Amino acid sequence: MNALPLILTVFVACVVEAVEALTIVLATGITREWKSTFQGMAAALVALAVITAAVGPAIGHLPLTPLRLVVGALLAIFGLQWLRKAVLRATGYKALHDEASAYLREVTAAREAAVERRRGVSDWYSFTLAFKGVLLEGLEVVFIVITFGDNQKNIGGAVIGAAAAIIVVTVAGIAVKAPLTKVPENWMKFAVGVMLTSFGVFWGAEGAGVTWPGNDAALLVLVPVVALAAAANIFWLRYRKVAAAPAKESEVAAR
Amino acid sequence: MRYLKSFGAFWYDFIIGDDWHVAALVAAGLGLTALLTHLAHVNAWWLLPLVAFAALAWSLHRATKHRATDFRE
Repeated sequence: MNALPLILTVFVACVVEAVEALTIVLATGITREWKSTFQGMAAALVALAVITAAVGPAIGHLPLTPLRLVVGALLAIFGLQWLRKAVLRATGYKALHDEASAYLREVTAAREAAVERRRGVSDWYSFTLAFKGVLLEGLEVVFIVITFGDNQKNIGGAVIGAAAAIIVVTVAGIAVKAPLTKVPENWMKFAVGVMLTSFGVFWGAEGAGVTWPGNDAALLVLVPVVALAAAANIFWLRYRKVAAAPAKESEVAAR
Repeated sequence: MRYLKSFGAFWYDFIIGDDWHVAALVAAGLGLTALLTHLAHVNAWWLLPLVAFAALAWSLHRATKHRATDFRE
């Protein structure tokens, strides 16, 4: 299979995770103390490296068919949940997840917490906040890289996609020194939902025993079809909302 | 006990998410695909995409139908 779809999928998925981690790190560093924040970030990266070294090779030894079935099912479920939220946000049924307000919440919480020195770290709050944020989002990046890379037998391609995402987000973060509020997060999540659902359906069905027409090339059809089906739901919900509005107005006028 | 509960809640939220119907439909779709492929020897590659689209539409309908009704009232 051409490595480009794999690299792009991993890149987009990892950009979302990296933006979330960056929001926490910047909010902590700017409002509290950079030294402890960087210490927490470095400790999380070391923990991630240890976890990846321990878990990564074990996944590579699992039989491929059951792995595809389980991973495909999980990815399809994740992807559909992402798409569900993205469609609800795009149609106004759910509030947009705003990185700016998330950043403000983190900043307020960080300012209110007391400074406490522990285990050689001058500000324990900054350390733990950066550690938790980077470790949790980093674990999601590792999960994406290992599952996508192992399924396509191209861990290198998945690593390139993830590394590019982290570098791009880090450079952008240093440049703007504020959360990446300009990133149209909901549409990025919509795109990730489309990719996760497409790959999940593809691998899940393969794990269940089917042979796709055109083999891996079927993904080139499946991805746009999933995107169109999800977009159709946006138009459907918007139409239903608009259709409901005149009914309400006419009821008010009749009173 | 409280730790176990929160541990279970974390994994339920992580895997199942907001609507368990989606996960149930995907699992049923995979099971049916495996049955058709292995027992009936039908290459049912088309089934899982259809189930996924139906699961998304059904879940969105369930999430918005009451709010659409509220809007009318």
